[in-house]
Amino acid sequence: MKSKKWLFFVILIITTPLLATTIEVCSDCQIKTIKAALSVAKPNDIIKVKKGVYKETNLIIDKSLTIIGENQPTIDGQLKGDIFKIKSDKVVIKGFNIINVGKDFANSNTAIRVQKSNNFEISYNRFENILFAVYIEKSSYGKIINNKIFGNAKTEINSGNGIHLWDSKHILITNNYIEKMRDGIYLEFASNCEVVNNFSTKNVRYGLHFMFSNDNSYLKNKFLSNGAGVAVMFSKRIKMMNNQFLKNWGTASYGLLLKEINDAEIKHNIFEENTIAINVEGSNRIDYENNNFTRNGWALKVRGACYNNVFKKNNFLYNSFDVSWNSKMNDNLFEHNYWSEYSGYDLDKNGVGDVPYRPVKLFSYIVNKTPETIILLRSLFINLVDFSEKVTPVFTPDFLIDNQPQMKPIL
Amino acid sequence: MFKILKYSFYDLIRSRWSFIYLMFYFLLGVVLLFLNNNLSNAIVTLLNVVTVLVPLIGTIFGVMYYYDSKEFTELLLAQPIKRSNIFLGQYFGVAISLSISLIVGLGLPFIYYGLFISDKIFEFLTLIIVGTFLTFIFTAISFFIAISFENKIKGFGIAILVWLLLAVIYDGIFLISLIYFEQYPLDVFSLGAVMLNPIDLARTLMLLKLDISALLGYTGAVFKKFFGTNFGVILSYLILIFWTIIPILGIVWKSNKKDF
Repeated sequence: MKSKKWLFFVILIITTPLLATTIEVCSDCQIKTIKAALSVAKPNDIIKVKKGVYKETNLIIDKSLTIIGENQPTIDGQLKGDIFKIKSDKVVIKGFNIINVGKDFANSNTAIRVQKSNNFEISYNRFENILFAVYIEKSSYGKIINNKIFGNAKTEINSGNGIHLWDSKHILITNNYIEKMRDGIYLEFASNCEVVNNFSTKNVRYGLHFMFSNDNSYLKNKFLSNGAGVAVMFSKRIKMMNNQFLKNWGTASYGLLLKEINDAEIKHNIFEENTIAINVEGSNRIDYENNNFTRNGWALKVRGACYNNVFKKNNFLYNSFDVSWNSKMNDNLFEHNYWSEYSGYDLDKNGVGDVPYRPVKLFSYIVNKTPETIILLRSLFINLVDFSEKVTPVFTPDFLIDNQPQMKPIL
Repeated sequence: MFKILKYSFYDLIRSRWSFIYLMFYFLLGVVLLFLNNNLSNAIVTLLNVVTVLVPLIGTIFGVMYYYDSKEFTELLLAQPIKRSNIFLGQYFGVAISLSISLIVGLGLPFIYYGLFISDKIFEFLTLIIVGTFLTFIFTAISFFIAISFENKIKGFGIAILVWLLLAVIYDGIFLISLIYFEQYPLDVFSLGAVMLNPIDLARTLMLLKLDISALLGYTGAVFKKFFGTNFGVILSYLILIFWTIIPILGIVWKSNKKDF
């Protein structure tokens, strides 16, 4: 009995210095502002902020702290510049309602800015009336989870991005909701990042935007009604899987824009009701597999300089144009796709049509040359012309052909 | 006029041809809906049918009815009735009975399929309205042609030719001129050309409702203004009304002038 008591005291003495102290902030606590709490706190402390409204700006965090909002307290920046600036490793900011960040475009005012800091976590926050919500600079191994960002961007010039990454590595961005920003999520010179299960909608420019960012992946995200769904530019080895690109509908809109992309994988995505589902330019060695293209204006618009791409097992359902092709050379491969417009037969009953399918219609070729002719879409004359071209192809590229069109949609 | 309208209307409604016409649309609607399993795809397919077949049937029916009831017309002409009333009465009788066949024939399967609980109801309404307009326009054109030519064969031939011209050849010439003049700004020209053909106009109106407006709009500012706003829809409907009135006035003018 006595020895057990002794053991208990030993454990207590050993662990006490490891336990962080908790600092509470509320209107009738000893410490009333977050700024005061930050100056008092020692590294590894926990700051708990109780419910209430805190009018604070320029909170610089230069030691590793865990700052938790209890019952979603509000931090009101009163439109006076940045709110949190993280300059230390291992910082957690969780559970705040952050509103009214400044509108200084030159300094790109941000609700939470992370500078040269690793292992941060930003989670369960709600952002409103902000220029930038989260801005990560030269930082790595961070997590941005479960945040809700509500912007009110109207034009591209005077608005900021929801989550902005610059020169950062190994960042996980997951379960966030972003609306009405310029770009929902923007990655520039970022690598090895994962963007998973986010919902990006009504953004003025792109739902998700990659620039010069290699080896990233984005999975299971939903992009609805953005200026354009996702733009991937000048990046290598990007994985795009299980995403939904919906209703990116407008005069110059697309679900996915690929420009100068090499060695990417685009698999199991759903493209529905976009003006252009995928707009491709100068992109090589990309695997397009098991994607669904449903009721888009153009399913694939290829503008040239695209080589060694494979289009396999995709469903092309009721698009106004399945494929539009702009170049004379082609060593891309189309096989085992399902085309809703395919009207061939399958005598040997192996599920593969016996007649090859040519996805580029003559009308699509004409529209490419003279865009105004699109006004004749779905007219009887155009149907006749397309039919006769199908029977005896003269104008449409003869190399663009699916030799194994499927008879039934691929599940 | 209304008495004559009533007589021709009842005469037609009881005739085999109206019934066949109605059954055709009914079956078409049923087949499209139950094979496609999708309301909006069915509407897209119907668009092709409506812009091609409705004018054709309006044309044939109008010419046929005029020549068939010629003896009755001559009998009526002997009575103290205003000439234009006789022909307008007959015209409206044909046009209304055809429109009813179209509306009922397409309406029933779509309503049964659950049109009222779907968001496609406005697209369907546009389809029906456009189809009715086309029926009125092409019946009027065919009546005008039939009054102008005593010879049945000639009248028939010219009516079919007019249909062929507006439904197919016009678009061909339109397309060729667009390609030929591709270096010039073409948006005003192409909008004008669409307005000059009721079939193209009807098709464009449907495309606007089918959300293809974004596809059309990316070509230029004029297109964008026309297709992106209600301006295009209102203007198109106004011109469709204009297109209906012109051949009707033609019937009145021709019937007053003609020596029977």
